[in-house]
Amino acid sequence: MTATLPDRASATADATVALPRHRGARATALFVVLGVALVFLTIYAAGRGQLAIPASEVWGSIMHRIGLDRGTMPTHPQGDNTLWQVRFPRIAMAVVVGAALSTAGALMQGIFGNPLAEPGVVGVSTGAAFAAAVVIVFEINVIGTWTTAAFAFVGGLVTTLVVYALSRADGRTEVVTLVLTGIAVNAVAAAGLALMIFLGDTQAREQIVFWQLGSLNGTRWEHVGVVTPLVAVGLVGAMLMARRLDVLALGDRAARHVGIDVERLRLVAIVLVALLTAAAVSFAGIIAFVGLVVPHLIRMLVGPGHRVLVPASALAGAVLLLGADLIARTAVAYADLPIGMLTSLVGGPFFFWLLRRTRKTAGGWA
Amino acid sequence: MTLRLTNVSASLGGHQILHDVSLEVVPGQLVALVGPNGAGKTTLLSVMSGDVVPSSGEATLDGVPLPRWKIAALARQRAVLPQEQRLAFGFRAVDVVRMGRAPWARRSEEDLDDVVVAEAMQRTDVIDLAERSFPTLSGGEKARTSFARVLAQQTPVVLLDEPTAALDIRHQEQVLSEARRLAADGHAVVAVLHDLTVAAAHADRICVLAGGRLRADGPPREVMRPDVLGEVYGHPVDVIDHEGRIVVLPHRIDHPEESSCAPALS
Repeated sequence: MTATLPDRASATADATVALPRHRGARATALFVVLGVALVFLTIYAAGRGQLAIPASEVWGSIMHRIGLDRGTMPTHPQGDNTLWQVRFPRIAMAVVVGAALSTAGALMQGIFGNPLAEPGVVGVSTGAAFAAAVVIVFEINVIGTWTTAAFAFVGGLVTTLVVYALSRADGRTEVVTLVLTGIAVNAVAAAGLALMIFLGDTQAREQIVFWQLGSLNGTRWEHVGVVTPLVAVGLVGAMLMARRLDVLALGDRAARHVGIDVERLRLVAIVLVALLTAAAVSFAGIIAFVGLVVPHLIRMLVGPGHRVLVPASALAGAVLLLGADLIARTAVAYADLPIGMLTSLVGGPFFFWLLRRTRKTAGGWA
Repeated sequence: MTLRLTNVSASLGGHQILHDVSLEVVPGQLVALVGPNGAGKTTLLSVMSGDVVPSSGEATLDGVPLPRWKIAALARQRAVLPQEQRLAFGFRAVDVVRMGRAPWARRSEEDLDDVVVAEAMQRTDVIDLAERSFPTLSGGEKARTSFARVLAQQTPVVLLDEPTAALDIRHQEQVLSEARRLAADGHAVVAVLHDLTVAAAHADRICVLAGGRLRADGPPREVMRPDVLGEVYGHPVDVIDHEGRIVVLPHRIDHPEESSCAPALS
């Protein structure tokens, strides 16, 4: 069943024609830089806060935890406790959420073939916010303090699937239809959210508003334990479809011509996006623009190939959110700034710049 | 690997484009699809590629109706060069050609990837563009890179939608001689072409399509006749034999003097 070309090819194409190498060296350098940055930022961030702990003592504490008697333990009596009860869970959450949001963004841009796509497009964030608001206003208590997170997760997932189901016609989904359906469903979810804010008392309103602003304050290890497996599944799934995502850049039709089941790929990718984003926002609230900005920056550095883009985005997202959270909790003394506010403050102008740049090609939508 | 259309009719957006077309493409043939604008050439090619399902009649590859083929299995049997070359991100030309190897991923043929990609890029004269970002290439360079991608796919059936539209004469001849070589190697090749002289020079067989119907089907010398072409295109043509090659020359439309709407210069 094979065509006749291979035999001829092996006979005539000799080693004289060297194909350009993959961008391996740059990618390796990027992974090394990001990895080192993550380790250093973790140790630095852990030492910062109301109770300052020198980096050497943070290092010593980590070493003791993994059973190595190296370095000096924190000298402050509460030092070790603060690190392991408060700071490290929060750092771990920042890393996991950052990786999740960036991976979701990379997936989203891949399946839309558009660098401006963001997980918010298919309604994950608004759906999650609405569900969280319902819990807060009606004081629903199914599984204790976990209820808000669980509802937010389900809300995000369900909204995404509704958007996808509504935009399907004749067994296929056009990208533009998906985006416009997303706008419609987002609007309904936003109306529901507004209703909840209207119905809620002052305290509930405050809670809803701050949930929407996003924060990693009060993260516990149990939260990290719940979010991490979900994000791990999303990351592995994203890696597995990396090569097929590349081919999607040819457009739906041409991708199908080279054997990609575009519809199935898109469905799986959207489920992964919903999983990653919903898991991230369920405990952290809405943290905008990370998923938009990070994959774009990585693409500028190492090109659009998803086999590098996806893991590099995950790593860079982790570093970025860890840095953003460090600023959020240390910029103003005795106050915890909403991290979503910080990312939007930087992400908004960046998005605008991106729009200006791509507008040259096709009205910003290409 | 024979591609067979039997009494195929097809509609797009409620408008019937193809009427009762029967056609068979066999290995070893380069078939040119020609015809006036809106004749249904691209739709016919879409039926052949499995993108458009006939509203009646049947399109089969190797005896199996196209809709029953698995997407991946079909991609190992037929490759398609689209009329428009678009790419969402700034992949390099060599990455685009590599995408043609996607159907062979995780199979033994995957080991040949580098060799096949290099050879395909050499044959289409794009090896020097390998490092360039695809969206920055010129129209003709994009078309040749995409043609290399189609070659790299190594399929018995190759469908080309206006492969020479953006090409200069050197690259036009190069692409069509590659298409001929594919046919000579036992592939079944279909190309939508606009230039009748070019079609006559390269094709083993020419199918003339007009108004969604197959109007003529046969070797160039039988089909390229002034009466057939004149009627199909609604414009008189001369068919000249130039040292054994057929040249099709449309009659010039001469406007009567002083009737021009544009003001004369001077």
